[in-house]
Amino acid sequence: MALLELSTEAGRATFRLGRGAVSGVVSVRVLVVTTVLAVATFGVFCLGVATGDYPISVTDVVPALFGVGDSGTLLVVNELRLPRVLVGLLVGAAFGISGAVFQTMTRNPLASPDMIGVIAGAQTAVVAGIVLGFGAGLGTQALGLLGALVAALAVYVLAWGRGATGYRIVLVGIGVAWMCTSATDYLIAKALPFEAQKAVGWLVGSLNERGWQHVRPIGLALAVLVPATLLLSRWLRTLQLGEAVATGLGTHVARAQLALLVTAVGLAAFGTAAAGPILFVALIAPQIAQRLAAVAAPPLLVSALTGSLIVLTGDLIARHVLPDDHLPVGVVTGVLGAPVLLWLLARANRTGSGG
Amino acid sequence: MSAPIRPPTVRGRTRHHVVALTAGLLVLALVCLLSIAIGARQIPLTQVVSSLVDPGRAPEDILAIVRGLRLPRTALGLLAGAAIGLAGAVMQGLTRNPLADPGLLGVSAGAAFGIVTASAVLHLTGLYGYIWFAILGALLASAVVYLLGGVGRGGATPVKLALAGVGVTLLLGSLTSAIVLASPLALDRYRYWTAGSIAGQTSGTLLRVLPFLAVGILAALALAPALNSLALGDQVATALGRRVGLIRLGGAAAVTVLAAATVAVTGPIVFVGLVVPHLVRMITGPDYRWLLPYTLVLAPILLLTADIAGRVVARPGEIQVGVIVAFLGAPFFIALVRRRRLAEL
Repeated sequence: MALLELSTEAGRATFRLGRGAVSGVVSVRVLVVTTVLAVATFGVFCLGVATGDYPISVTDVVPALFGVGDSGTLLVVNELRLPRVLVGLLVGAAFGISGAVFQTMTRNPLASPDMIGVIAGAQTAVVAGIVLGFGAGLGTQALGLLGALVAALAVYVLAWGRGATGYRIVLVGIGVAWMCTSATDYLIAKALPFEAQKAVGWLVGSLNERGWQHVRPIGLALAVLVPATLLLSRWLRTLQLGEAVATGLGTHVARAQLALLVTAVGLAAFGTAAAGPILFVALIAPQIAQRLAAVAAPPLLVSALTGSLIVLTGDLIARHVLPDDHLPVGVVTGVLGAPVLLWLLARANRTGSGG
Repeated sequence: MSAPIRPPTVRGRTRHHVVALTAGLLVLALVCLLSIAIGARQIPLTQVVSSLVDPGRAPEDILAIVRGLRLPRTALGLLAGAAIGLAGAVMQGLTRNPLADPGLLGVSAGAAFGIVTASAVLHLTGLYGYIWFAILGALLASAVVYLLGGVGRGGATPVKLALAGVGVTLLLGSLTSAIVLASPLALDRYRYWTAGSIAGQTSGTLLRVLPFLAVGILAALALAPALNSLALGDQVATALGRRVGLIRLGGAAAVTVLAAATVAVTGPIVFVGLVVPHLVRMITGPDYRWLLPYTLVLAPILLLTADIAGRVVARPGEIQVGVIVAFLGAPFFIALVRRRRLAEL
């Protein structure tokens, strides 16, 4: 028996490793899209490192990433540019995967972590910190993480009982999100003008002034949560057929939903803590990825790459358009992501494959 | 409610509903009186009634409070609650999505964008001018959503509409944030508006939005039988002789007019539109011919009660009704979700 068997038909390749211990189906289109997105993300990543007050040519960036170059360049790259761009890369990936899991699990293209109260909790905690002045020692990052996790815990406890099903978690989450959002609105309306400015600035989501202390937590979180999510994606594929079918196929639905929720919430929480709520990435990245890959549900890795690409491109544009104004990346991702989503929608409608 | 042992006859059910609706109207009237009576200065109910019925005999200062402040506020709460509740119910029927709220067609985002543009770009400082920009923004936003969602095969299906709504909302939201961050004036206007309040409006404002609301409410109520057919699915509705595309267009127009006129004045209090139809469904079941009238009565009760609570809790100041609605409505909503599976659409 051959070590690796491959056969292709109808745009999909099946493969088998060794004696059939590992086998699977790979869509050629998904593979191509993944590669193109990865290359594009790396390109934008390098451009992001090259852009700034102290100009570095793109050809110097790649060696500098591996520690080769003059000391001035290395200093700028390592201390200033790299953390910012890395936060963008990681946050985009975290939001992309998180959104993809939520949308697949609830089978609702409108579901995203900002809907079930997780991000709203982080917002309330940070804005309360800014306006009421507590927890200043903790810093926005810890406050955001704390708020997100408390909100997630509240949602889960409130939805508990006879097994917290996905549908109920989403509905309870909407209730919790509304309370948090209105508390945030109240705090902002009550705040002094400069506090309100600061709070709104954080609420948009920004990569300004991000350092290694922001990279480390989200890097660690992704190192744990992304492999976990990918391992769980087997369950995700049955859950997307509906709870009844998933049960029939032998999936322990309640357990699978809980495990997936924990990873998706964790990703969203750490992402929000690092860069603020770059709100719409979690919502649109999976939708864009799904349409690029032409598959039935948002694919996880493609969603992650799309998320990273959106955030990094957004940041690059923000720094090019208004170099001195520190335009928050959240503004640009919204302005950038929305037309892409709308264009994909219109295009899919014309070919008749739109949902 | 106890479960009926036998299915009641149609006539019995109608009588039951009429009695319940009348009771609801009485409660609503009581809440309106309380809303006029309660505030930073308490007014006894007898004086409230006398200053409404017989203005000549009431004391000057009380008349000023009742006629100048409390009455417009209560009337706005009444109309806004009815409009936003009805818009929510129609929206859920049109999209067959229990999570749909009137903000889904981009109304809130459009209104917010209109307000910050008027403040920041045109330096509009007048107290009421921005309302027209809010209405204009809301109408334009939902027109764009409907056009984008309706392109291509099958017309405006629920998922396409929802996605187009999300896209436009996020585009306008980003632009709003950008303007607000650059202009302190716009931020000030925006942050008071976005908390959601029915206070501080004169009867002049009320008269300006009244035609929109009246047309919207009538159109929404007329749609009830069509929404019942639509609940069976597009294909069944077509087979029953309904023109699905026309229903969607009319429904979307009604929702937009209702939500735009309300949100422009009060700020985004769309949670009322999400919660109340679910509550009503527990009483009426899925029949829109009863669901819509019940919503029309229950939604203002919720909104006005929340507004009264906002005046009592933080006396002598007050908390915006949008905040109270969320804090009253959300636990209720959660309890509802916990207690039983929400009625599927």
